[in-house]
Amino acid sequence: MEHYSMNLTLKVWKQKNATAEGNFETYQVKDISSEMSFLEMFDVLNEQLIHEGKDPIAFDHDCREGICGMCSMYINGRPHGPWHGTTTCQLHMRAFKDGDTIVVEPWRANAFPVVKDLVVDRSAFDRVIQSGGYISVNTGVSVDGNTIPIERENADKAFAAAACIGCGACVAACKNSSAMLFVSAKVSHLALLPQGDVERKNRVLNMVAQADKEGFGSCTFTEACEAVCPKEISITNISRLNSEYLKAGLSADKAH
Amino acid sequence: MLDSKIPAGKLEDKWTDYKGHCKLVNPANKRKLEIIVVGTGLAGASAAASLGELGYRVKAFCFQDSPRRAHSIAAQGGINAAKNYQNDGDSVFRLFYDTIKGGDYRSREANVHRLAEVSVNIIDQCVAQGVPFAREYGGLLNNRSFGGTQVKRTFYAAGQTGQQLLIGAYQALERQVALGSVQMFSRHEMLDVVMIDGKARGIIARDLISGKVERHFGHAVLLCTGGYGNVFYLSTNAMGSNVTAAWKAHKRGAYFGNPCFTQIHPTCIPVTGDHQSKLTLMSESLRNDGRIWVPKKQNDPRKANDIPEDERDYYLERRYPAFGNLVPRDVASRAAKERCDAGYGVGTTKQAVYLDFRYNLINKYGRAEASKHGIENPDQETLVRLGKEVVKEEYGNLFDMYEKITGENPYEVPMRIYPAVHYTMGGLWVDYELMTNIPGLYALGEANFSDHGANRLGASALMQGLADGYFVIPYTIGNYLADEIATKPIPITHEAFEKAEAGVTERINKLMNIKGSQSVESFHKRLGKIMWEKCGMARNAKGLTEAIGEIQQLKKEFWSDVRIPGGIEEMNTELDKAGRVADFMELGELMCKDALERNESCGGHFREESQTEEGEALRNDDQYMYVAAWESKGDSNWQLHKEELKYDMIKPTQRNYK
Repeated sequence: MEHYSMNLTLKVWKQKNATAEGNFETYQVKDISSEMSFLEMFDVLNEQLIHEGKDPIAFDHDCREGICGMCSMYINGRPHGPWHGTTTCQLHMRAFKDGDTIVVEPWRANAFPVVKDLVVDRSAFDRVIQSGGYISVNTGVSVDGNTIPIERENADKAFAAAACIGCGACVAACKNSSAMLFVSAKVSHLALLPQGDVERKNRVLNMVAQADKEGFGSCTFTEACEAVCPKEISITNISRLNSEYLKAGLSADKAH
Repeated sequence: MLDSKIPAGKLEDKWTDYKGHCKLVNPANKRKLEIIVVGTGLAGASAAASLGELGYRVKAFCFQDSPRRAHSIAAQGGINAAKNYQNDGDSVFRLFYDTIKGGDYRSREANVHRLAEVSVNIIDQCVAQGVPFAREYGGLLNNRSFGGTQVKRTFYAAGQTGQQLLIGAYQALERQVALGSVQMFSRHEMLDVVMIDGKARGIIARDLISGKVERHFGHAVLLCTGGYGNVFYLSTNAMGSNVTAAWKAHKRGAYFGNPCFTQIHPTCIPVTGDHQSKLTLMSESLRNDGRIWVPKKQNDPRKANDIPEDERDYYLERRYPAFGNLVPRDVASRAAKERCDAGYGVGTTKQAVYLDFRYNLINKYGRAEASKHGIENPDQETLVRLGKEVVKEEYGNLFDMYEKITGENPYEVPMRIYPAVHYTMGGLWVDYELMTNIPGLYALGEANFSDHGANRLGASALMQGLADGYFVIPYTIGNYLADEIATKPIPITHEAFEKAEAGVTERINKLMNIKGSQSVESFHKRLGKIMWEKCGMARNAKGLTEAIGEIQQLKKEFWSDVRIPGGIEEMNTELDKAGRVADFMELGELMCKDALERNESCGGHFREESQTEEGEALRNDDQYMYVAAWESKGDSNWQLHKEELKYDMIKPTQRNYK
């Protein structure tokens, strides 16, 4: 792979805190190597800003290997930038060329208020999980792990849904700011396993209700979420959620 | 000598006897007792959830925006358990033995045996929570092999085992949050332990959004804050992983055990340039199917695929025929360094070796698939195609990650890998009950020193984190709290809270008022360079002595010339980082001191002065069969305490993987 170096113009959202008004600031960065990750390019910019006596740009990041779900930049109109199935931290600068202008914003959704610059508050996702995204089993009461065989196909599907990293790109991409891909991934993960069967009705009803309460919008099935999901969570999970929801809702003994 | 409070009796009965006799707290009293849990990785989340389930009032803290993001999430390969589902001769004893031997006889027998015992419960617990482990077509759990063992005991979920286990623990934690038994404080960083009458009674934490400093009371405090590999700047740890919570406890009197025991993981994506912010691991599970080699010719300019089979040196298979590519991490790392130092390294920097999947892709998986599909005499192309599909299933996410970072396709060309800092076996000294020498202050998971000796085996970190949180602390903490039921919650207006908060505030102000010219990052990089060069894969007395001087100098420079922009009562990531780097510098000095004091090689600690003729680590059991537990005595000053290691069950020998 040929490496190259580039000069770039960055237009980045700056916002002092949750209540302040934000605006785009324009920055120039020079001699960026195509081998760098996108966040390493931001490191370079922040070092530059510190040397100039300016405030660096606040952004969320942690593992930098695409698994913690912390990084969350809206790059050139797309959550996590131009690469398919990739988090911001795994996006590398060879995706860009010399002279490019890159626009970087935070996730935009009422349920994800901006904390500072590119940092948003995603605690709504934790509260959605609290409403039922678990199997109610206390430590120490379990039977042997091989007591219940699980059909390989279902185990694989459950795993594929459980791969969600809770980054919120699905919400950021959705014109309705719907969290349905996130909710459906958890509902599917647990509904596909025999261990999750017992609570499946309450789970889906409660999680959808909580998502509504948090201010996430409704799903109109535009599939924008699937297109940007860094873990390529499939929208068939949303279909499964709809079917789970319908079944739970139709069940007469469930009052909510 | 330190008392590790190991119960009397036969090794295999100790834990059962302990559980049968430890003190209990009745349910009504549990509701009156408050426990602080710092960190929400596998150890912290599992502890907080389990203690909440028991009825204690728990407050959990993490610096990330959600407990689900703790760095346990990035663990890839798997989790060990002595289930013997494969019928290949595994047992609690074998897991215990492998772990003690893998740790080069520098861990505690009783702790490791307990770990092996509860390993089987962990898998059951996780399955019940809905952790989607890999399964065979019959629906039963699948296993794979990891380094340092000759059985298949590693449970996994593709290359995302840590993620799936953490999500399981996180969901259990959130369930307790919903039930009101756990109160969660995200984006909070612990900055001091509050001590009252010699016991840990709370913490001082900073809200990382408002910048405000807060006081929190607890009848006991659990530090589940992970390891300190980021002292090297470049490591496989997350950017935020830090030693601060453990270090504050150390400054308050908690001993730091074996600080120099660092794990350098053999298979990481090599460093490419100065811009790099972190290194990325390629799971050890890849050594199941990947063969490690370098060219037989020095400075060979050819591309990997142009080098014929007989001109490749599969040096691990050559040097260690019994374990081959699955030798423990410390052994594999040193062997890679040896080849590169001798001029056989590959890639542009020559600081890399190949990890090659082609052989097993074709011969193991390709042939098996062809046979399954009834294809007779398959051609090479068919084998590659079929083999690729299986490899993709097993390691797909890792291969994708490699390609995103390097721009090379590992299905076509071998991966280039090199060792990198990954884990720290050292940590806060704890006794059998996971309590530090400070009453009421516990350390769990990677934050403690206890189970892995001088080298951790693969797939054992997840096991230990969850063992500590799910199955050990719920028992041992009762033994302490049973005597605390009469202790009323201490108001946070108590003088000790006030003083501790004032100390924290003073340090923050001091940092902000330096107003120097160099960034925090630049200091961290320089510290990392000193540590990697002089306290890294190979260490010697001269280098370590120099490193101590250099770090002291760097520390002075930091405290007079660091530049932290922004303010205090706001989100200020540079200020957060500055506090952590300041602590790393002090820790770095102690690591070098510990490495210098331990004039033997063991596990990942390789003193050049102490090696066999073949270049293997040479222990000195007569002089160093102990845990080094360091007590802080003020600036750059420590006192060494020793915990003698006694081996009743296993006779320490020279480790042999040949």
